[in-house]
Amino acid sequence: MKAPADYAHLEDQFQARIDAEEKIEPKDWMPDKYRKTLIRQISQHAHSEIVGMLPEGNWVTRAPSLRRKVALLAKVQDEAGHGLYLYGAAETLGAERDDLLDELHTGNAKYSSIFNYPTLSWADIGAIGWLVDGAAIMNQVPLCRCSYGPYARAMVRVCKEESFHQRQGYEIMLTLARGTEAQKKMAQDALNRWWWPSLMMFGPNDAESKHTAQSMAWKIKRFTNDELRQRFVDITAPQAEFIGLTIPDEHLKYNEETGHYDFGPINWDEFWQVVSGEGPCNRQRLKARRRAHEEGQWVRDAALAHAEKRRQRQAAKKDQKVA
Amino acid sequence: MSEKKNWPLWEIFIRSKNGLNHKHVGSLHAADAEMAIENARDVYTRRMEGISIWVVESEHITASSPNQSESLFDPANDKVYRHPTFYNLPDEVKHM
Repeated sequence: MKAPADYAHLEDQFQARIDAEEKIEPKDWMPDKYRKTLIRQISQHAHSEIVGMLPEGNWVTRAPSLRRKVALLAKVQDEAGHGLYLYGAAETLGAERDDLLDELHTGNAKYSSIFNYPTLSWADIGAIGWLVDGAAIMNQVPLCRCSYGPYARAMVRVCKEESFHQRQGYEIMLTLARGTEAQKKMAQDALNRWWWPSLMMFGPNDAESKHTAQSMAWKIKRFTNDELRQRFVDITAPQAEFIGLTIPDEHLKYNEETGHYDFGPINWDEFWQVVSGEGPCNRQRLKARRRAHEEGQWVRDAALAHAEKRRQRQAAKKDQKVA
Repeated sequence: MSEKKNWPLWEIFIRSKNGLNHKHVGSLHAADAEMAIENARDVYTRRMEGISIWVVESEHITASSPNQSESLFDPANDKVYRHPTFYNLPDEVKHM
């Protein structure tokens, strides 16, 4: 343990590197709180990718065509990959994969609340790709410049892959919106249910966000929650208009003066309720995750036993040769 | 928790095309080298990012420490004479 004066000096040096836009790499000195903040954020992000596979997986067997099915399968596989890039980044900070998964499975770690809503119709898959992945991209693009190297590099890969996700989602919505009356209704219903939870994805208002100031100073975060949320609304409102769907917000209106869309108040009670575990699908999602993990245990054990057996056989062969 | 055996961590290097070197892309867990290659294929080359994969168990990598960087890299700092621009030649001299 460093003496307090030394520690303060190291912290100043660290902040100077951050201010100079230097990247921090795994073996560099960093404040404990920086490390903790990153482990929390990156693992939550990883959990979100993995849990995010569940609502979409619900529709893989019922996709309306082979084209839609291969696209959805590829998207769900990507989410698994994104989770793995992120767990890998968290592990560079000294976190153990098992501990991170334990935190998720015991309900101690959070993941994005949006995945606690159900996918009731095929249009929900369109709405998720368009809105949920759209919001995720808005959050993730600035993270490509995050001060922690491994997280930033993982984000570059993720962002490259996610743009297909959003386009496939919007294409589903576009097709439904131009389809029969019933299809259009289905698309509108999905938009109605996913719009507000998507806005909540950016997190609490800036005034309520306890981590924002420090994360901005450390350049983990580059924009505030409200800035990103506004940008998302500005970009998405015209996209909804283009396909003739109505965003379920009577206050939504373009403001000539500010050049931005004004929008109505968010129901934060609902947000905190879902965060605290009382959303429509929280229990179901965690149960599915835990089951997948437990039922995979024998596979992990068997693979280890198999690897060990092969190692021993090879060692025996070498011994024979020597003899 | 701690006595439970887990799949070890592997570092993954990918050659994106012939003529370029293998480049570190990230890490993953696998029971053995063969599985590490299979997993690396699924995790890091879903979009034709590579034509060759190297895997190395992370614990076998020896890395220099950031604390050493002064002693390792600073000596190169004052050796400008190792760069072509150190040498003054008249403009009339071509192709050099």
